[in-house]
Amino acid sequence: MIFETQRLEGSEPPKKPQNVNSDYDESKLPRGAVLQKRYEILQVLGEGGMGAVYLARDLRFSVVRKCAIKEMFSTAPDPQLRNLTRESFEREANLLVQLDHPGIPKVSDFFTETVRYYLVMDYVEGEDLENVLENTQGMLKEDTVLDWAIQICDVLVYLHNQTPPIIFRDLKPSNVMLRKNSNRVALIDFGIAKAVDATQKKGTMIGTEGYSPPEQYRGVASPRGDVYALGATLHHLLTKRDPRLEPPFTFHEEPARLLNPSLSEETNAVVMKALEYDLEKRYQSAQALKDALIAALKKDKSLIAPNPSASTQVLPPTAPASHTNILSGQPPVPPQYQPVQPPPPAQYPQYPPPQPYPAQYPAYPPQYPPGYPHPPMPGILTGEPDTELSDSILPIWKFKCEDEIRSSPVADKTTLYVGVYDNNLYALDLKSGQFKWKYPTEGGIAAKPFVYNDRVIIGSEDRVAYAISTGGRLIWTCPTEGRIRSSARVEFEHAFFGSDDHRLYAVNAQTGRVIWRFESMGPIRSSPTLGDELVYVGSEDGYVYAVDLSSGTHRWKFRSNRNVTSSPALFREMIIVGSQDWNIYGLDAKTGYSIWQVRTGQAVISSPVIFDEIAYIGSTDKYVYAIDLRNGRVQWKFNAGSPVVSTPAVTDEAVYFGTMGGELVSINRRDRKVRWKFKTGGPIPSSPLVFDGIVYIGSTDHHLYALPA
Amino acid sequence: MNFLQRLLSQPKAETTPARQAADKNSGQETSFTKDLSQLTPGLHVGKLSDIGQVRERNEDSLYAIHSLLQHNVGQEWFGLFIVADGMGGHQKGEVASSLAVRTAAECVLKDIYLSYLTNNNQSATNRPINEVLITAVEKANTVVQEAVPDGGTTLTIALVMGHSAYIAHVGDSRVYWFNQGTLKQVTKDHSLVQRLVELGQETAEGALTHPQRNVLYRAIGQGTAMEVDIYVQHLPPGSSLLLCSDGLWGPVKNELLREIIGTSGNPQEACQRLIAAANKNGGEDNITAVMVSIGIEN
Repeated sequence: MIFETQRLEGSEPPKKPQNVNSDYDESKLPRGAVLQKRYEILQVLGEGGMGAVYLARDLRFSVVRKCAIKEMFSTAPDPQLRNLTRESFEREANLLVQLDHPGIPKVSDFFTETVRYYLVMDYVEGEDLENVLENTQGMLKEDTVLDWAIQICDVLVYLHNQTPPIIFRDLKPSNVMLRKNSNRVALIDFGIAKAVDATQKKGTMIGTEGYSPPEQYRGVASPRGDVYALGATLHHLLTKRDPRLEPPFTFHEEPARLLNPSLSEETNAVVMKALEYDLEKRYQSAQALKDALIAALKKDKSLIAPNPSASTQVLPPTAPASHTNILSGQPPVPPQYQPVQPPPPAQYPQYPPPQPYPAQYPAYPPQYPPGYPHPPMPGILTGEPDTELSDSILPIWKFKCEDEIRSSPVADKTTLYVGVYDNNLYALDLKSGQFKWKYPTEGGIAAKPFVYNDRVIIGSEDRVAYAISTGGRLIWTCPTEGRIRSSARVEFEHAFFGSDDHRLYAVNAQTGRVIWRFESMGPIRSSPTLGDELVYVGSEDGYVYAVDLSSGTHRWKFRSNRNVTSSPALFREMIIVGSQDWNIYGLDAKTGYSIWQVRTGQAVISSPVIFDEIAYIGSTDKYVYAIDLRNGRVQWKFNAGSPVVSTPAVTDEAVYFGTMGGELVSINRRDRKVRWKFKTGGPIPSSPLVFDGIVYIGSTDHHLYALPA
Repeated sequence: MNFLQRLLSQPKAETTPARQAADKNSGQETSFTKDLSQLTPGLHVGKLSDIGQVRERNEDSLYAIHSLLQHNVGQEWFGLFIVADGMGGHQKGEVASSLAVRTAAECVLKDIYLSYLTNNNQSATNRPINEVLITAVEKANTVVQEAVPDGGTTLTIALVMGHSAYIAHVGDSRVYWFNQGTLKQVTKDHSLVQRLVELGQETAEGALTHPQRNVLYRAIGQGTAMEVDIYVQHLPPGSSLLLCSDGLWGPVKNELLREIIGTSGNPQEACQRLIAAANKNGGEDNITAVMVSIGIEN
C-alpha cells in the first residue's frame, strides 16, 4: 500500500537515482476517466513501482473538491499471490481510515475496479521537502527545520502509539509535504507494505536508500528505525548532503555541524544521536527525540546575539575515509586537522630549467626563505642564557658551541657526535652533555656524522671527508674538490657521500680509498640512501640519480624541476624524495618512474622519514606532511607556523621537527595534538635525534639541547 | 577461447576433476612446477572468463597484457590486468564492462607503457602512475555513461612493474594477494553489505548470502562524482596477484581460494580450477579470474 509522493502540477520529479525496475507497462488512466462514477481523473501526480497517484475531482460535489487517488495493482502471475495482495490492501486501507492526525492525509474511500485497487484520500497541496531544499539558495533556516521536525515527531509518536504500532518505514524528505502557504507539514507515502525485493538481480547497483537504519537490512523494523530515518532526513535538510549519493552509513564522518557551522551544538547533538547506528544508543522513542528537538529549538531561540568565542571550532575532514584497512574493520576516526587541498588538475608550474653550475649557484649558508628575517647573532662568549625557554618544557642539559649548529647529531652507545659550524666535530656524553673531545677540521661542518664500528665519518666545508676514531684521533682523510655538506652513509664496508664538486663518492671505510666517483651536473648536498644494489641521491642539478653500488655506473635518473637537496628515503620498492620544485615524489626504485606526487605550497628541502608505512616530511610552506605509502595520499598535514627545513624524527608516539621560527615541536603521531614546543634563539634547519627517551637538537643559536622525549 | 570455455565449464551432473582438464588443455603454461613459488623469473599470467551455470550472457570483461624487456640494464617486465563486471538485466551490462575495460587499457598503455618504452629518463613532466590510473577510471566512467545510460559496471585495474602492483578500483570485483600460503584481500568492496560488516551489523558470512549483496554504492557509469581507491601492493618473487569478479569470490570462499591457488603449478591452472570450483558451487553469476605470478630470481 503505497501513497506516492504528491507533486505540484506539471513539475517533474527531481533527478534522483532510480532503483525502480518498472517491468509492467499497463497504461495509466487517461485524463477524464471516471472511477466508480464519482471520481474524475484530472492528472497524474506521480508514479511508483506498483501504480500511479492521480489528482482527481469528487463529482459528488458541485464545487471542485480535489482528492488524491492512489492506484495499486498486483503484477503477480500467481492468483494466490494476487489474493494475498488484495487482502493486505484491504487490511491496510481499514487501518489507515482509522488514523486521525493533522499530519496525515485522511482516507475517505477505497474500492477495486477490475484488477486494480484504489485508495482515495485528502489531496495535500504543496511541495515536498526535497523540492523545497533544491529550490532554496544556501542553507535552510535551523529554526524552520527544527519546527518541521517536531511536527513530524508528533506524527510518529501518534503512529507508534497505535495498537499494533505503525512503523512509517520510509521517512525521507520526498515523503514530507510542506502545505502551501503554511509552515505545516504532512507525511505521505506510508511505506507500510513496501517489501524489500528479495530476488534482486544485479540490476540494482546504486540507489541504496540512505535514510534507512542499518538494522533494517537485517529485517528489523521498529519505532527506533523511524527515529533514525528522521535523523537522516534532518541531516540532509540541514546540510544539503544527500545520503543517497554518499557511501552508506557515513553520517558520523561528516556530522551536521561540520558541513553547516551555523548550526547550534545542541541541534547537532540531537541529530547525531538520532543517527546512532547502534539501536541502544539512539533515542529510544519518537517522544524522546521530540523532547530533545523542542529543547534545542528553545535554546536556539533564546540566543539574542551569537557569541563567537562560545562555539567550538569544528574543522573539516582530511582525505576521504575510504582507505579503512579492511582487515582491521574499524570505522575511521573522525580526523581533526586542516583539509588537504586536492591537487590542482595537472597543470605543472613552468619552472626555468636548472641553471648551469657552478657559476650561478647560491653559496651556503642555507638560504632562508625569502622575506624571512635572519635572526640576530647572540653574543658568543658571554656565558649568559641567550635563549627564551618555553615554559612547557625544560631541557635536561644544553651545550654551547662557538657557532651555529646546522646539522643533526648522531648517537652511539654513550656518546653523542655533532658537527658544528665552528669547524669542529664534537663528542659529548649522551646523558650529561659533558664534553668528551672535539676534532678540528678546517671548514664549517654542515653535515651529519655517521658512526661505523670504531670510527666516525664526517665531511667538512674544507672539502675533506674525515674518519675520526671514537677516541678522537684521525684515522684517514679523503680530499674532494668541493665543500662537503652531504652526510655520509656507510654500508657494505663503504662510505657514500656527495660533494659540491658535483660528485657522489664511494670510499672504502677502512682505508679512505676512493673506489668510484659518479659525476652529476650540480653540487650534491643530499645524502645518499642505499638499496640492495643501487644507491640513490639527489643533486642541485634537479635530478634524482640511481647509481650501481659496486660500479658507480648510472642506472636511471629522474628529472624534477628544481634542486633536489632532500635526501631520498627508501621504502620497499619506492623512493620518496622532496624537491625544491615544491613537490614530494614517490618513485619506483627500479626504474625511477613516478608513482605519485604530492604538491606542497613551497620548496621542499626536508628529507622524508618513514615510520609504519607513512612518510613524514616538512616543507617550507610551513606544513609537515604525513603521506600514506600504500597509496601516495596525504593522510594529514600539520601547520607548524613557520617553514620546516628540518627532517622530522618519528617514534611510535610522537613526531618531532624543528622550524625556521626557532622552535622544536613535538606532536602526537596519531591525533597531531601538540605535546610541547621548545623555543630556541635561532632557526632550526637540522633534524632532531631521538635516542633512549631523549630528544637532541642543535640550533643556529649555537646550542645543542637535550630534552625529555 | 570459446572452445576452452565450453570444455572447462562444468555441466551440472559431471564431476570431472579440473586438474585433468588443466593438464589436457593448458596451452598457456608448460612449466611443471608443483606450486606457484617455483616459477621461472618474470611474469606468469593466467586468465579465464566463464558464463557460469545460470546466466544467459557473460557480462564480465577482462584484459591482460604482459611483456618482457631484456637489455643491458637487466630484465624489466610490465603487466596490465583489468576486470570489469557489468550490470545485468536489460541494461546492457556486457557493453558497459567492455567499454570500461577498453577505455582504461588505452589510457594506461598510452600514458605509461608506451612512454616507458621510449623514454628511459624519467621526468617530473611524466604524470605519476597513480594519477594516470585515476584518469583511466574517470574516462571509463564518462564513456560508459554516454554510451550506456543507466548502465554500469565495476572496474578493477592492476598495473605490474617490477615487484610492485599499482591498483585502481571501483566496485565489488576484488584483488587478492597470495604469498607463501597466505591469502590477503587487497581491495575493499564498495557494497552496502561491506559497510554493514564494517559497522558490525552483519557478519562476513552473512554478507555472502544477504539479499542485497549486489547493491553497490559506487560503480562506473552511475554518476559523475567518481572516487577511485588506489592501492600499492609489493610483489616479492614467488607471490601472486588474483583479480576476480564476484562470480568467483561469492561461491568460492577464502579457504578454498587459498587451497586451490596454493596447490596449482601455474597461474593458468589456478584460474581453471578456480572457475571450476565456482561452477561446482552453483555458478550463479559470470565468473572471471586473472592471475599473475612473479617467478623467483635465479
